[in-house]
Amino acid sequence: MTDASAPVPPKSSLYATSDHVKRRNRTEARFRAYGFAAIAIGILALILLVISIVSNGASAFRQTYITIPVELTEARLDPAGNRDPAEMARVTTFGYAPLLAQALQQHLQGQGISMEGVTPRDLMAMISQEAPAQVRALVLANPEIVGQTVTMEMLAGGRIDGYFKGRVTLETAERDSNVSPAQLLLADRMVEAGMIETRFNWAFITGPDASDQRPEAAGLGIAILGSFYMMIVVLVLALPIGVAASIYLEEFAPQNRFTDAIEVNISNLAAVPSIVFGILGLAIFINFAGLPQSAPIVGGLVLTLMTLPTIIIATRASLRAVPPSIRDAALGLGASKMQSVFHHVLPLAAPGILTGTIIGLAQALGETAPLLLIGMVAFVREFPDAPPEGFFDPTSALPVQVYNWTQRSDPAFVERASGATIVLLVFLLFMNAMAVILRRRFERRW
Amino acid sequence: MPLIWIILAVLALGAAGYVLGRKRAVSSAGGDIRILHSLPNYYGMNVFLSAVVPALLVLVVWLLVQPAVIQRQVTQLIPDNEVMNSGELSLIMSDVRRVADGLDSAVEQGALTREEARMIRTEFTNIRDTLASIGVALGDDVNADVLNAAQRYRSLQNTGNTVMAAAVLILAALGLGYAYSRTHKDFRARNTVERAVLAILILASTIAILTTVGIVLSMVLETRDFFHLYPAREFFFGTEWIPSFEGGSHLGLLPLLWGTLYITFIALLVAVPVGLFSAIYLAEYAGRRMRGMAKPMIEVLAGIPTIVYGLFALITVGPMLRDYFAEPLGFGTSSSSVMTAGIVMGIMLIPFVSSLSDDIINAVPQSLRDGSYGLGATQSETVKQVILPAALPGIVGAILLAASRAIGETMIVVMGAGAAATLSLNPFEAMTTVTVKIVGQLTGDTDFSSPEALVAFALGLTLFAITLGLNILALYIVRKYREQYE
Repeated sequence: MTDASAPVPPKSSLYATSDHVKRRNRTEARFRAYGFAAIAIGILALILLVISIVSNGASAFRQTYITIPVELTEARLDPAGNRDPAEMARVTTFGYAPLLAQALQQHLQGQGISMEGVTPRDLMAMISQEAPAQVRALVLANPEIVGQTVTMEMLAGGRIDGYFKGRVTLETAERDSNVSPAQLLLADRMVEAGMIETRFNWAFITGPDASDQRPEAAGLGIAILGSFYMMIVVLVLALPIGVAASIYLEEFAPQNRFTDAIEVNISNLAAVPSIVFGILGLAIFINFAGLPQSAPIVGGLVLTLMTLPTIIIATRASLRAVPPSIRDAALGLGASKMQSVFHHVLPLAAPGILTGTIIGLAQALGETAPLLLIGMVAFVREFPDAPPEGFFDPTSALPVQVYNWTQRSDPAFVERASGATIVLLVFLLFMNAMAVILRRRFERRW
Repeated sequence: MPLIWIILAVLALGAAGYVLGRKRAVSSAGGDIRILHSLPNYYGMNVFLSAVVPALLVLVVWLLVQPAVIQRQVTQLIPDNEVMNSGELSLIMSDVRRVADGLDSAVEQGALTREEARMIRTEFTNIRDTLASIGVALGDDVNADVLNAAQRYRSLQNTGNTVMAAAVLILAALGLGYAYSRTHKDFRARNTVERAVLAILILASTIAILTTVGIVLSMVLETRDFFHLYPAREFFFGTEWIPSFEGGSHLGLLPLLWGTLYITFIALLVAVPVGLFSAIYLAEYAGRRMRGMAKPMIEVLAGIPTIVYGLFALITVGPMLRDYFAEPLGFGTSSSSVMTAGIVMGIMLIPFVSSLSDDIINAVPQSLRDGSYGLGATQSETVKQVILPAALPGIVGAILLAASRAIGETMIVVMGAGAAATLSLNPFEAMTTVTVKIVGQLTGDTDFSSPEALVAFALGLTLFAITLGLNILALYIVRKYREQYE
């Protein structure tokens, strides 16, 4: 029975949404949009970062070369005339430079290319300062070519190279004291004559670093080798130590103060800023133990200590994932505790351990800050020896090389630094892909 | 004898011991391995371990201690009048070491004979030129005292190395002999080997403790030296940072700390909303496919090395902020600024905040969500009024961890924030941080006895204390929260 005198309830219909519900729905839509926007920002940042690095760095893999015939006059290069490399070594690179300038000038005249507005000095500046050194090395290695005319391929100067990569234009050349528009126009004419070409630059990946003045010759060879040496040290030290520590903590450690202390220490070390490890390396490995600066062994030791927590955490997780029934079965058949762990649990946990190790190594490969403190920023032009002596030779490291190049004034080094970053990212991508594949193929779920 | 040969020799001894021990055990049982207490390999392993492990341990300890001992011995040779203070002593010692190494490599390259190197005199030979010819550059001419010390250094090092090689090899042989003589069919080889392996495992796990001790000790000792040279009060409360290697530096922590905290604040301002919202979206809204695609992409950000972020700040974000914000708005003309470093660091922290929050949000029991939906709440109302309050302690923990990361981050600020220590509010101005100054004071050739270099250790200790405190606080909060639902 309804009471007719009861107040009429506010009009609400199932067909029309009320203002209140509309407001709530709008809030809901807005909230959802915020979430979507947040993800979009994250992905956008990633894309922007990759584009910025690739667009700046891709050109580092190409380099401009000038090809001309050079007459290696005996009077200049081997005054004694006996082709003895020891005596010929007395002619410094400064002795070779005029030779190249002359050759270039003659060749241009021979081809009928006008050198309008370009002084001989400017002409020389179009060739990299590295070129005379390269020619000298070639001559000293093959003394018999002195006196012949040899077609040489030489690095073009950094600015000329920049012109063909779009970094230098005729307008910027007006304001640049290192290059004139006339030089660039001449370079254009040389391209038409087939004297200048731009092609893939292996020297960037294999060559040593070069000084501030010659970005066109700077390469990553030593840095890649140094990083590789450090990775070997890290792998050899961190993997056994990390696995041993994890086995103890996961399988044998009793519940006591000592175990607790280790656990707390490991989780804290995982969060200690990397630069603090650099201070540790400087104070203990270099100042106290007297190991050499810039050496991969010191870098490797520091990175080992940094990587250990990562490897220990990953290893413990994969040991824990091995079901207890495996251990029980081994023990039931009469194996000792140690045998059950080393013969049964560890092999089953190996894929997980390997994955964790690779990820730890990838982290170590990209680490920069601690290496700055142990002297890895030094300018190194000599390739290190083969290991184990090479572990004590000064080297650079990939990420430090990136930092090093960004500190130099010539804008051409920005391209180099970005190029080096691409190399670093390719290595990291490769390592992470390997970890993912390993995990996909070998991971077992019980 | 080079190190590698010593190690190889020890390993060879061990391998020989393995074969011998195994053979002896088997023959003591008359060829019937069923009578043996343990499997034959354990007898071999026992001999191998007792030959190799003590020898290598002694080797490692020797390598660590020898330089320090030689240093002390040689230091006594340097007359007091040359050592005005400990600062010059360390310079002299580095000269001594360089001369000694130079003479060694001269002998190695054949520039000098062994005899000549030993008899070399400052009166007759210009050692600086001699060494320069083989590529060892010295800063100063070598005086008689330094040469004397260098010769002493060489002879001590020579003797040390010889004695070390002998000691290690003898120890390995002794270990081999002892274990071999004990090898017998009734010897409990497996138990012995397993005890040794357990000891090795324990040793490996103490490395974590040793590292922490090493970190703390190395910084505390140098910091104490620093506070002898520079008053602690001025360091902690000084508002000026003007290091000068001629002396009279002002080394105040406050401007650096301000820069650090300012940049951290901006980084969190970027990372916390973006990270938190993407975690909420991924956990509550996104479908399986969206989640499978977006989550790895955001996690890629976590795998990118900080140097790459630094480069990004330097070549892209910095110039962009300067050209489109700072200059038009009249905030300054610097491309390295608090804003540059803060934003890039924020991007770096997005995956950190997001994956931690994702775990925490997923840990909130489904029953809480169902209850909320049952009462008619929309999804966003559920998130805001049920899930976030339940996950709050965990999220606060995640934010604290992110802050600790930001405070300790180095490369982004080195390349993006600048080097000027200023106490300013303008976010488009270049400022500097604790980590930047640690790098700045310790990179290159530094004299480790001047307050300008030692201050880096005090800064490091401060940094370590702050990040450790934040981590412990964060873990405490997270742990406390976890107890509620499990």
